[in-house]
Amino acid sequence: MTEHAVAINGASMVFNPGSVGQLEALRDIDLDIAAGDFVSLIGPSGCGKSTLLRLIANLLAPTAGDVLVNGKSAAQARVDQDYGMAFQQSGLFDWRSVRKNIELPLELKGWDKKRRAERSAEMLELVQLSEFGDHRPWELSGGMQQRIAIARALASHPPLLLMDEPFGALDEMTREHMQSELLRICAAADTTVVFVTHSIPEAVYLSNRVVVMSPRPGQITDVVDVDLGVARDDDTREDETFYKKITEVREALRGAELGETVRRVDDR
Amino acid sequence: MIRQAARRSSLFVVALAAVAATWELYKVVGPETGGEVFGWAILPKSNDRVMPHTWEMIAEFFDSETRGTPLVWQAVLGYAWFTFRLALFGLFVGTVVGVGLAILMARFRVMERGLLPYVIASQTVPLIALAPQIATIAGNWGLPRWAWVSILGAFLAFFPISIAMLKGLSSAPDAAVELMDSYAASWWTTLVKLRLPASMGYLVPGMKLAATASVIGVIVSEISTGLAGGIGRATLQYAAKATSEPAQVYTALIGAGALGLLLYGFVVAMEFALMRNRPQEATG
Repeated sequence: MTEHAVAINGASMVFNPGSVGQLEALRDIDLDIAAGDFVSLIGPSGCGKSTLLRLIANLLAPTAGDVLVNGKSAAQARVDQDYGMAFQQSGLFDWRSVRKNIELPLELKGWDKKRRAERSAEMLELVQLSEFGDHRPWELSGGMQQRIAIARALASHPPLLLMDEPFGALDEMTREHMQSELLRICAAADTTVVFVTHSIPEAVYLSNRVVVMSPRPGQITDVVDVDLGVARDDDTREDETFYKKITEVREALRGAELGETVRRVDDR
Repeated sequence: MIRQAARRSSLFVVALAAVAATWELYKVVGPETGGEVFGWAILPKSNDRVMPHTWEMIAEFFDSETRGTPLVWQAVLGYAWFTFRLALFGLFVGTVVGVGLAILMARFRVMERGLLPYVIASQTVPLIALAPQIATIAGNWGLPRWAWVSILGAFLAFFPISIAMLKGLSSAPDAAVELMDSYAASWWTTLVKLRLPASMGYLVPGMKLAATASVIGVIVSEISTGLAGGIGRATLQYAAKATSEPAQVYTALIGAGALGLLLYGFVVAMEFALMRNRPQEATG
């Protein structure tokens, strides 16, 4: 049996339990992600998709249930740097060159200088920004900065990549280009991806599974399987299957919303 | 860069000329024996003893300090250099202490609550009263006299630095902090790799305030503890001769101003070295 890249079992998350500000962010989440999968978490604001990503990253600990990453506890996986992470803000350090930014996780792992230099050169090539290694991040465009952030996240060759709306701040053209880039990079690096987004086309284009969530409390309401083939390009975006899947995800999201309304009525 | 520097220095000369012209203008129109505005005695006396001509001040620099001694400009330069070194040392100690305190307060919230009131209160203690007390304590420890005068400069310098750094250490963006967390980086590693470099934009303005504060601290302490050799004591000595040589005290004041500028310039040079690889932002 192949080991799951991520196995979430009955995870719940309550912020400020027992106080006035108590907030149930996630309720009873079960989700298994196979190695090599590209899974998107999609849902309206406040559905807990970013919280779920942070449970996988062990930046938050669930109040109930458990999270396994690579077959070990999420806490151990974090210590072992089994995953790389990228955020909406690239979070690059202004005072470091592009190259040194990519080398940051390697530095923290205690790699020597030569090995770091080799790896950062390799990563720069992967994201096709080799000639920008000695630039400062703030000299690059938003899309380039995001590619550097992805290169940094993948620098130690982690088996898992966690992304929190990484293209949310980019314009539509750059965004589509970055999506294709991401697929190419992840195929080359053989990486499992968990991708948080609120864009339906983005989720459908990138993923082989789209996890649909509803808010208050955050729950998984549907999982839509997508198969657009390995080779996706701009033609894929015109494809009939692409549109069909977009409709399917949209309806699943509506259903989730409807379900929420019903629940609210029930609450009264 | 060079053109900008030229522009700045020419502006400085223009401003200086404007101040001198205003001074001379007041001497022409101002009342000799002082005056009142709506019953308030606020107009200073414009006679030559209180307000000597600007050219007399300049001439004073080329006079001998007392009979048979070097020229005043040489003496003032010596005093200013003496005080500059004490103030520089004070700035250095103040920076180390200020940054250290800020790190302690950032690391332990309880420290912030416990320490911050004392840090603030320390600044309203009258330095002029504190200086002789510290001099006695330091004397008992066998520290050289210049060291504790310098430490009183540090006493004023650490405050703006610790306040600025307290803010600076929490200025790193959330995404960057989460990133370090995702690497399971220790608090210390996060401090060195992220929080300290991110706080440099706060340290520099803090040090600019601290530079002038350190000069003030050192000059006041020189005066109140009677340490000879620096610009503080020289100001007192020159002021005592105001009847016979009214322009001399102004040479010491100009010297004190110049050394403040020099120390400030030192911080600006440091800023240039530290921030040259950062995005261009307007810094004060």
